[in-house]
Amino acid sequence: MKVIYFDNNATTRTAPEVLEEMTPYFCEKYGNASSMHTFGGSNKRAIEKARANVASLINAQPQEVIFTSGGTEADSTAIYSSVNSYPNKKHIITSAVEHPAVLEVFKKLASQGYRVDFIGVDTNGRFDMDSFKKLIDNETALVSVMWANSETGTIFPVKEIAKITHEYGALFHTDGVQALGKIITDVKETDVDLMSFSSHKINGPKGMGGLYIKTGTRFLPFMVGGHQERLRRAGTENVPSIVGFGKAALLAKEHLKETDKIALLRDTLEKGLLEKIENTKVNGDRENRLPNTTNISFGYIEGESILMMLDEYGICASSGSACTSGSLEPSHVLRAMQVPFQFAHGSIRFSLGRYNTLEEVKKVVEVMPAIVSRLRALSPFNPGTFSAVK
Amino acid sequence: MWEYTDKVMEHFKNPKNVGEIKDADATGQVGSLVCGDALKLTLKIDKETQVIKDAKFLTFGCASAIASSSVLTEMIIGKTLEEAAKITNQDIANELGSLPEEKMHCSVMGMEALEAAIKSYKEGGKPVVYEQESSSKIICKCFNVSEETIIKAIHTNKLTTVEDITHFTKAGGACGRCKGEIQSILNKVLACENPLPAKKQFKDLTIVEKIKEVEKVLNTEVKPRLNLDGGSIELVDIQGNIISVRMLGMCGGCVNAKNTIKSFVEKVLKEKIDSSLEVHQA
Repeated sequence: MKVIYFDNNATTRTAPEVLEEMTPYFCEKYGNASSMHTFGGSNKRAIEKARANVASLINAQPQEVIFTSGGTEADSTAIYSSVNSYPNKKHIITSAVEHPAVLEVFKKLASQGYRVDFIGVDTNGRFDMDSFKKLIDNETALVSVMWANSETGTIFPVKEIAKITHEYGALFHTDGVQALGKIITDVKETDVDLMSFSSHKINGPKGMGGLYIKTGTRFLPFMVGGHQERLRRAGTENVPSIVGFGKAALLAKEHLKETDKIALLRDTLEKGLLEKIENTKVNGDRENRLPNTTNISFGYIEGESILMMLDEYGICASSGSACTSGSLEPSHVLRAMQVPFQFAHGSIRFSLGRYNTLEEVKKVVEVMPAIVSRLRALSPFNPGTFSAVK
Repeated sequence: MWEYTDKVMEHFKNPKNVGEIKDADATGQVGSLVCGDALKLTLKIDKETQVIKDAKFLTFGCASAIASSSVLTEMIIGKTLEEAAKITNQDIANELGSLPEEKMHCSVMGMEALEAAIKSYKEGGKPVVYEQESSSKIICKCFNVSEETIIKAIHTNKLTTVEDITHFTKAGGACGRCKGEIQSILNKVLACENPLPAKKQFKDLTIVEKIKEVEKVLNTEVKPRLNLDGGSIELVDIQGNIISVRMLGMCGGCVNAKNTIKSFVEKVLKEKIDSSLEVHQA
């Protein structure tokens, strides 16, 4: 069965061009980039070329980018570096809808005595700027707010948040994992101090990511050991993946020119589903959203059941329902947005990528109504018989 | 991705006995939209023989919730009420082959709906929403799970950890604030089920047993605490119930060493081993 992959915010297919570029670095050019011999040492050049490509995608200088094992390490690095660089400031701010890679670090710091504020969002998932302005003060060491939300695609006003943060002398970090390659992420124009990103969300290999550190930003390494990455990230360079990430960044920059195409597919999908199926609702800020993401709630049914039925057709998506997460509560993002429970449990995120086609969109629009009716026929909350159970 | 058995998938894809019996003799309901799963079970019962002639369900929930409901209806049709009442959540899970740990609460939901339906029949057929015994204390406020439900789940499924209890009853699965309380319920139940063998008194132990016992408590309870202040402790001698210790590291030169021995070390050893113990500085 052919897979219809609409889960590109979870991960993406490694682009064949990327794999091709990586392959020689396994069995042929396997040397250690720190070695004194040409065989290994020349890999340093490949790393620097990749760094230049990644830097170019975010409009940074190459020396402002370090490679990490992924977005999670980049987030931890940025947050711990910032708080430890300003040991006298004991207040940090983030949003309530961050990825766990940020949220859990903030919770840990809270348990270690930091004063932590989690800024909420409105029902459309938009950042609550007023409460942010009220809560930031001169004690604030760090503000960390994601560039775009992975579940709803809502884009946050990082430029404005960075500006306010700097007025209070604090550092601004943004988790740019979902935004990278989907929209223009210009670190100079927005004036962020630190930005995390990940390779596998832009058709690069998994287990690879990076952190932008603006020149002049106080920095303390997270991984300590060898002298790699100019002492900012110890550990032998993952040359094949770095090279792959570089290539992926180069391709992503090209593809940024055609995000309209993806947006059109996404809009066709969204429009089709909303027209054909009753009691549906789009979660997130439709005015200001990643071009590839739509998060739709199908009322009165449960997300895991929908996903499993989609799976029968080879269609891949994800859900904010409690049952899919292992925890027993629906997604923290949807709860922060106060999505009513009858909608939160039945939320499905479709996230498109550069390989998706109109045919695939049509197929999903075609099979989805039957899936929803089948599950609603099973549900005691079928809108018609809603009073059946309290 | 959950590991579902073929039977779970079969019941999910082709659920049996879906719907609602119009003139039902019993209606049991459990769950809510907030919880993320809910089940409405309707039964047709032969008044003379008390045999369940028909059963239908409506379920809001994940694949395992739908499969549990479907298989439950198959299990109870043809059984008398008395027989049906004996079905536990474990029976439902077994009938499906198995359920992932995290999904066991789906089988519990089936059992609860059945319990409510049987009650409904006894009360003349008006729908009954499953409720925990009102006398039982609510432990998990997020999911409204009572002490009784937790104890029942521990017994029926032989649970041994708080995590298990969350998988089976959902208790502790949201904010997690009640996990401490769940642990103490678990401890109580386990203590009742496997009473510890009567402990020998310290004075009746052999010298090796005494040393082992004291070392164990020092290593697990005392040293970690002293380590925090850069200190440690060693066992020097045991005579009768009198234990001699030496403070090490930062604690060695500490003016409060004597105090620490009496107010901390001795207290812990008394508590963990025997109240007759005395601890002295060697």
